[in-house]
Amino acid sequence: MKKAKTPTDEDHLMEELTLHELCRFCDADKAWVVELIEHGVVEPHGTGEAEYSFGQISVLRARKARRLERDLGINMPGIALALDLLEERDHLRRLLGRFGLAS
Amino acid sequence: MDYKDYYKTLGVDRTATQDEIKKAYRKLARKYHPDVNSDGGADARFKEAGEAFAVLGDAEKRAAYDELGAEPQRGGQGFRPPPNWEQSHQFSDPPQGAGGPDDAAFSDFFENLFRSGSRAEGQSSRMQAAGRDQHARVTLDIGDAFNGASRVLTMRVPEMDDAGRLVLKDRSVSVKIPKGVREGQHIRLKGKGSPGMGGGPAGDLFLEVAFAPHPTYRIDGRDIYVDLPVAPWEAALGGKVVMPTPGGEVGITIPKNARAGQKLRLKGRGLPGKSAGDLYAVLKIVNPPATTDAGRTLYEQMAKEMSFDPRKNMET
Repeated sequence: MKKAKTPTDEDHLMEELTLHELCRFCDADKAWVVELIEHGVVEPHGTGEAEYSFGQISVLRARKARRLERDLGINMPGIALALDLLEERDHLRRLLGRFGLAS
Repeated sequence: MDYKDYYKTLGVDRTATQDEIKKAYRKLARKYHPDVNSDGGADARFKEAGEAFAVLGDAEKRAAYDELGAEPQRGGQGFRPPPNWEQSHQFSDPPQGAGGPDDAAFSDFFENLFRSGSRAEGQSSRMQAAGRDQHARVTLDIGDAFNGASRVLTMRVPEMDDAGRLVLKDRSVSVKIPKGVREGQHIRLKGKGSPGMGGGPAGDLFLEVAFAPHPTYRIDGRDIYVDLPVAPWEAALGGKVVMPTPGGEVGITIPKNARAGQKLRLKGRGLPGKSAGDLYAVLKIVNPPATTDAGRTLYEQMAKEMSFDPRKNMET
């Protein structure tokens, strides 16, 4: 994984991950990540697997996808739908919060 | 150790069929999954359900659990299994499927009775292998994210000892929270994951950042929202008021004839970072109650002198 911006700081925020690094991060194989891309769950920058890099939002979505698959047995189209709906729900909750109506 | 009533956790009878147990677990897992439910206690409920299902969902373990008998009379503390129970039940397979939240360990009750003696397949002390990466969640206050902080986390994690056996260990990990961290980001602690075997390198520890709810501030990505109460005259006449922010008090100018719900932006006062977020004050007009004669006189004077109909635009 890429080096931190400040080399003295041992604990650092993860920056972008390569395809190989994302596989390790999710404890998954390449085919699984490719499936994530095909279903639009994650969107890499760059063209071609060697150049792929995954930003923080993609990394978080991939990790969530792995957990939902492992814990709830959801398949890939289901994961894609669940993540989209959860994001929409969170967005609406934030809107409610802005009007003082947070649940 | 404390006795765990796994049937109660799943909300099923002791006579429930395996299908009923599976169904009850799936329902709870969906409801309390930490990626689905961000309420405070959901994470723990999900883990409890996973632990209960790891035992009751497996016919062999369930039979062994039933042999322990129902919860003892005295509240279940200081529970000891019946004599010879441990000798007659050895579980060779590490529990699978019903995963806890990432790598967290189950209760003492489970670890002592249902995990002891498990041995990972195909691994021996002679082999050299890198330690596994570990993942955990850390909940931060907004102030920690704003200013950066140091934290010591205690984690109970199952680790492989030199003989390839799973043992529970308490580990303290100190972590520096980088300033400006946002929800959903990961902090990487190199070499703080599971230790390697036979001299192999240790894995890394990854912390997924979540924010604890705050009574005043709401976070949206790198932006912070604050409800800012103002008096009717402050809203009408405009002027400077002082408001709290995570970075300390700041002055903000209320425009004349400001509306309730109006958003005022303080650029760069959100979470710090390469591109700092903004802070939004959402105006909330608060009416002072008329509790004194002088106050009542003022309201009466307003009622008389201002032609204002708040219900003008109501359609019927």
